Amino acid sequence: MKKSVILGALTVAGLSAGAAAAGTLDDVKARGTLNCGVATGLAGFAAPDANGEWKGFDVSVCRAVAAAVLGDPSAVEFVPTTGKTRFTALASGEIDMLARNTTWTFSRDVDLKFTFVGVNYYDGQGFMVPKALGVSSAKDLDGATVCIQTGTTTELNLADFFRTNNIGYEPVPIETNAEAQQQYLAGACDVYTTDASGLAATRATFEAPGDHVLLPEIISKEPLGPLVRHGDDEWGDVVRWTLNALITAEELGVTSANVNEMSANTGNPEVARLLGTEGTLGEMLGLDADWAKRAISAQGNYGEIFAKNIGEETPIGLARGLNAQWTDGGLIYSPPFR
Amino acid sequence: MSDTHAHSVAFVRETEIPSSPPPYAATGPVKWLRENLFATPANSLLTIAALYVIWQILSGTMPWILNGIWNTSSLAECRQVLDGAVGACFSVLTERWNQLLFGFQYPSELYWRPTLALGLLFVAAAPVLFFDLPRKLLAFTAVYPFIAFWLIWGGTILTPIVAFAGVAAGAVVYQRLVTGSFAYGFFGGIIAAFIVWTVGGWIIPDGASETAMLTAVPSRDLGGFMLNMMLGVTCVTLSIPIGIALALGRQSSMPLIKVVCVVFIEFVRGVPLITLLFVASVMLAYFFPPESSLDLFLRVVIMITMFSSAYIAEVIRGGLAALPKGQYEAADSLGLDYPQAMRLIILPQALKISIPGIVNIAVGLFKDTTLVSVIGMFDIVGMIRGPILASTEWNGVYWELLGFASVLFFVVCYGISQYSQWLERRLATDHR
Amino acid sequence: MTTLTDPPRESFRLSMLINDTRYRSLTFQGITLLVLIIAIAYLANNLLTNLAAAGLNIAYDFLGDPAGYDINQALVEYNSRSSHARAALVGVLNTLLVAFLACITATVFGVIAGVLRLSNNWLVRKLMSFYVEIFRNIPVLIWIIIIFTIMTAVMPAPRAFRGDEPEATMLMGLFAFTNRGVYIPAPVWGPGSMVVVATFIASIIGVIGYRRYATKLLYDTGKLLPMGWPSLAIFFLPTILMFYIMGRPIGLDVPELGGFNFRGGIQVGAPLIALWFALSIYTGAFIAENVRAGIQAVSKGQTEAASALGLRPGRVMKLVVLPQALRVIIPPLISQYLNITKNSSLAIAVGYADITATLGGITLNQTGRAIECVLLLMLFYLTISLLISAVMNVYNNAVKLKER
Repeated sequence: MKKSVILGALTVAGLSAGAAAAGTLDDVKARGTLNCGVATGLAGFAAPDANGEWKGFDVSVCRAVAAAVLGDPSAVEFVPTTGKTRFTALASGEIDMLARNTTWTFSRDVDLKFTFVGVNYYDGQGFMVPKALGVSSAKDLDGATVCIQTGTTTELNLADFFRTNNIGYEPVPIETNAEAQQQYLAGACDVYTTDASGLAATRATFEAPGDHVLLPEIISKEPLGPLVRHGDDEWGDVVRWTLNALITAEELGVTSANVNEMSANTGNPEVARLLGTEGTLGEMLGLDADWAKRAISAQGNYGEIFAKNIGEETPIGLARGLNAQWTDGGLIYSPPFR
Repeated sequence: MSDTHAHSVAFVRETEIPSSPPPYAATGPVKWLRENLFATPANSLLTIAALYVIWQILSGTMPWILNGIWNTSSLAECRQVLDGAVGACFSVLTERWNQLLFGFQYPSELYWRPTLALGLLFVAAAPVLFFDLPRKLLAFTAVYPFIAFWLIWGGTILTPIVAFAGVAAGAVVYQRLVTGSFAYGFFGGIIAAFIVWTVGGWIIPDGASETAMLTAVPSRDLGGFMLNMMLGVTCVTLSIPIGIALALGRQSSMPLIKVVCVVFIEFVRGVPLITLLFVASVMLAYFFPPESSLDLFLRVVIMITMFSSAYIAEVIRGGLAALPKGQYEAADSLGLDYPQAMRLIILPQALKISIPGIVNIAVGLFKDTTLVSVIGMFDIVGMIRGPILASTEWNGVYWELLGFASVLFFVVCYGISQYSQWLERRLATDHR
Repeated sequence: MTTLTDPPRESFRLSMLINDTRYRSLTFQGITLLVLIIAIAYLANNLLTNLAAAGLNIAYDFLGDPAGYDINQALVEYNSRSSHARAALVGVLNTLLVAFLACITATVFGVIAGVLRLSNNWLVRKLMSFYVEIFRNIPVLIWIIIIFTIMTAVMPAPRAFRGDEPEATMLMGLFAFTNRGVYIPAPVWGPGSMVVVATFIASIIGVIGYRRYATKLLYDTGKLLPMGWPSLAIFFLPTILMFYIMGRPIGLDVPELGGFNFRGGIQVGAPLIALWFALSIYTGAFIAENVRAGIQAVSKGQTEAASALGLRPGRVMKLVVLPQALRVIIPPLISQYLNITKNSSLAIAVGYADITATLGGITLNQTGRAIECVLLLMLFYLTISLLISAVMNVYNNAVKLKER
C-alpha cells in the first residue's frame, strides 16, 4: 500500500495510518507492534526502569499478548495514559488494549462500551496511616485529612465508606502517586488511600516502611484487569485467552523454564492443548499453534510474573492472598482449555 | 580703583590654588552609597530591609548548594553521606540528567542526534535573529527544519528530501507566478508542492524506514527538556505565518472572513491552554477518520500552534493598527494591489513594531509547554513528577529537580528576552 | 462635462469574479464558506462515525446524577450525594474565589514591585528586577509546584502542635499555620452584633462623605481640611464604641487542636493558599512591568509642569502622573487578570477543587464523558473571558483620549 508522502512524513512523525481492516487483530499483525496503554508510573505494575524499559505486572500482560500475536514480546509500544486519557485512548483506537490497573465496573463495561477480558489482580481500596497516630481501624478516622490519588474509583469508594459509617473527613485529591506520597510523608494528610497493592508499593519506597501501617479495612472490591473495545470479539478473545493461558500455565505447572520440554513430551492432554501440540486452539483464535507457548516463555506464567514484579521477594512485597490459584484458596481461576 | 587696590594689598595670589580633593563623603564609594542606598532615612530603612531579605535568601540556600553531594546513587545513600547536615543531593541530576533532558525512552546511544539538531538550530536561527550576518546563511535556515526532523525522528532520508523538494518546487512556482498575481503564485505554489509530495510518495519504498541510516524513533519516545524545546520552537515557527494570516483576516473588509478570524481568535484566547490540551488528549482523536489516529505529539502541536497563533495575531493586529493611515493610503496611491501593499509596505513595518510582542508570546508559550505534563506527556516537569520522583531511589528530592528545571527555563527565557531588548534598541529607527 | 459621467455599466461576465475587485471579495468569501462547510461537515461526520462505532453518544444527562465524591472546599452546600452539576458549580465558585483573591494580591505585589523598581535605592531596584526576572522567566506550573511543596514540606503538620512541649505553637494563640492550611478565628455573631455591623457600615459611608465634603470645600473656597486623621477616626471610633456599648457581642471562635485536625475557626486550605500565592507572585511580576512602563510612559514634562505649578511631589503623583499612567496600566492589568483566571486551571497540580479539577477532573474520570465535560469547561472559561473583555472595552472607551 503506497501512501502519499505527506502521510509518509507524518507517519514518521507519528501518524499511524493503519490499514483499513476491520479487526484489531489484523491491524496489530499488519502494524507489527501492539499498542498497549499502561499507567504513567506505578512501581511494580508499570514503570520504566533506569534504562527506559517498561517493567511491571501490567506490562508483562502486554508483552505476553505481543508474544502470542506477533511472536516478539518486545514488539509493544507502551502508551502511558493518565486516569483521564485512558478511556479515550482506547475508545479512539489509539491503543489496542489497556492494561492499567483499571477496575472492572458496571458502567465502564456497559456505558463506556469496553470489554474487560478478565481479572489479573484482585485488589481493594485500603488505608495507610503512620504508626504514631495509633489508629487501628478506619472507623477511627473521624475528622482525618485523607490524601486520595484521583482518577480511579477511589474517591467514590471513600465517599461511600465515610457516608455509611457516618463519619467526617477532608479529602485532598492528588494527581500523581509521587505527590500524594510527598503530602502524606510531610504530614499534610493523616491517611493515604488507594488500592491496597498501590499502598504496599508506595510504602516499599519509603525510607522507614515500618513506621506506617495498612489498616485492616478493605473498603471496596477492585478487580483489575486488561480491557479492550466493545464489539471486536476476536481481539477480545485473543487478549482474554492469553491471560487465561498464563493462569492455566501456573495451574498446570508450565513455567518459562520448562515450557519447551513440556510441549515436547507431556502426558497431560490439557497441557498439550494449551501448548499447541494437540488440537487447533491457536487456529481458532486466528493465531498459530505455538501462541500460548510464546506467551508463557516471554515473561513466565502468572505466578512467575507475580513473583517477579510484585511478589514477596520484591520491594513491593505483596502476598498472593486473593490472587492465589483457586486450587490454593485464591480467586485466580481460568476456564478450561478445550 | 584697581591700581590703588593692587598697591594697598600686601599680597594677591596670582596662581590658582590646587583644587583640594572633595570631602571624603562626597566621592568614591561613600558618595555612591549615600546617593544610592542611604539618601533619606526612609531609603536607609529600605536598604536595610533589602539587605535582610538578601541575607535570608543567601543564608537559606548557599549552605544547601555548597554542601551538595554529586556522586551518590540514591537518596538514602546521599542522606547517609550528608549525615544530618544541610545539603543538596545533586546526585539525582548527575544520575538522571539524561532522563531530564531527553526523556526516559529516547535511546541513549542516539542522544547526539537531538544535541546536534539543537546546535544546528543556533546556526539556522542566527541569520534570522542577527541581520548583519550574510544573507546566504538563510539557505541553511530553509533546509534546517528538514535536517532537524531527520535527526530527531530518524527513518529514511527520502522523507525529508521529498518534503523539501515539494517546498522548493512550491517556492519556485510562486516566484514565477507571483509577478502576475499573488493569488496565482500562492495557489500555484501549493499545488506544485502537493504534486511533488504525491509523486515522491510513490517513489519512497515501503519499509524504507527500517533500513535507514538513522534508526527511526517514534515521537512517543521524545521527552524531557528536549520535548519542551521542540514544542516551543515548532509551535512558534508555525504560528507566526498563521498569526499574520489571522491578523490580516481580522482587518479584512470581507465580512465572512473577518467573522471567522474574530471568532477563532477570541475563542482560543478565551480558554486556558490546558483545556485545549484536554481537547488534544481526550477529544481530538474522535475528529479524525476511524482508521487513522494522529499521535499525541502531533495533536499537541496542532493545539499549541492554534493557541499561540491567536495570540500572535493579536500582537500583529496591534502592529497593523499602530501604523499611520498614511502608509495604507500611500500604498494605494502607488497603485499597488492588496497583496503587494501588504508585502511591500505594510507588513514589514507592522512586523517590526510587533517583534517585542511576538518575542513575549514566544517566551510565554515556551513556558506553557510544561503544561503537557498534565496530559501525561513526559516533558521535564512530567519526568520530575512522574518517573523520577516515583522511583525508589529518588523518592523525595524535590528542590534539586525543580531547581534544575527552573534554571533551564530561566536561562532560555532570560536569553530570549535579552535578545528582544537588544533587537528593540537595534530597530529603533523612528524619529526621536 | 460628459467626461465626468460614470463609465457605461458593463454587463456581468464570469471573469469579473476574479479580475474585478468589486466581485472578487464575493468570490473569496464564497470559497471560504465552501471550505468551512466542507471542513466542519468532515469533522462532524468523523465524530459521528467514531461515536457510533464506539457505541457512544453526546448527552448531558450525567450532570443530574449523584457525583459520589466529596470536595474539601465548597462555598455552597455540597455532599457526595449532590449532582455532578452541583459539583461543577462548586468548582466554578472555587475558581472565581481563587481568581478574585489572586487578582487583588497580584495587584498589590505588582504595584509595590513596579514602583520600587523605579526607586532611587540601587539595592532595592536590583532586588526588584531580580524578582521580576526570576518570576517572569520560569513557568507558572513550576512555581505552583514549588510553592505547594514549600507549604507542605516547610510548614509544621498539625501533629507538631500536640503535646506538652509542641514543636510549633499558634501565632498569638489565634492563628495556626499548618501544612494543611491556615486556621484563623471565625467571628461568632451574638445578639446585638448587627448594630455594630450597621455602625461600621455607617462610618464607612461617613468617611466617604467627609472626604467628598473636604474636596468640595477645597475646590469652592480653597480651604484645605486635614484628610488622614479625621478619616481614620471616623472609621474606627464609632464602631469600637458601639462594640463596647453593646457589651462585646462579637466573639471569636478560635481554632483548637482536636482529633486529627484543628477544629473551629475558618480553615484556608493549603491548596488554596499555594495556588493563590503562586498565581499572585507570578502575575505580580508581570504587573510590576506594566506599572513601571505606565509610570515611565508619562512624559517628564508633565511632572515638571506640575512642579512648576507648585504642586508638592505627593500631589504631582496623585493628580498628574497617576491618572495618566493608569490609562496605560489598566488595559494590560485587566488582561493579566484574565491570565490569572485562566492560569487558575492549573489548580489540578495542587489538588485545589476548581472547575478543572471537579468537572474536568473527577467528573470526567468517573463518567468518562470527555467530550461533554471539556466542552462545558471551555464554555465556562470563554464566558468569563468575554465578560472581562467586555469590561475592558467599556473602560477603554471611557478613558480614550478624545482627540480631534
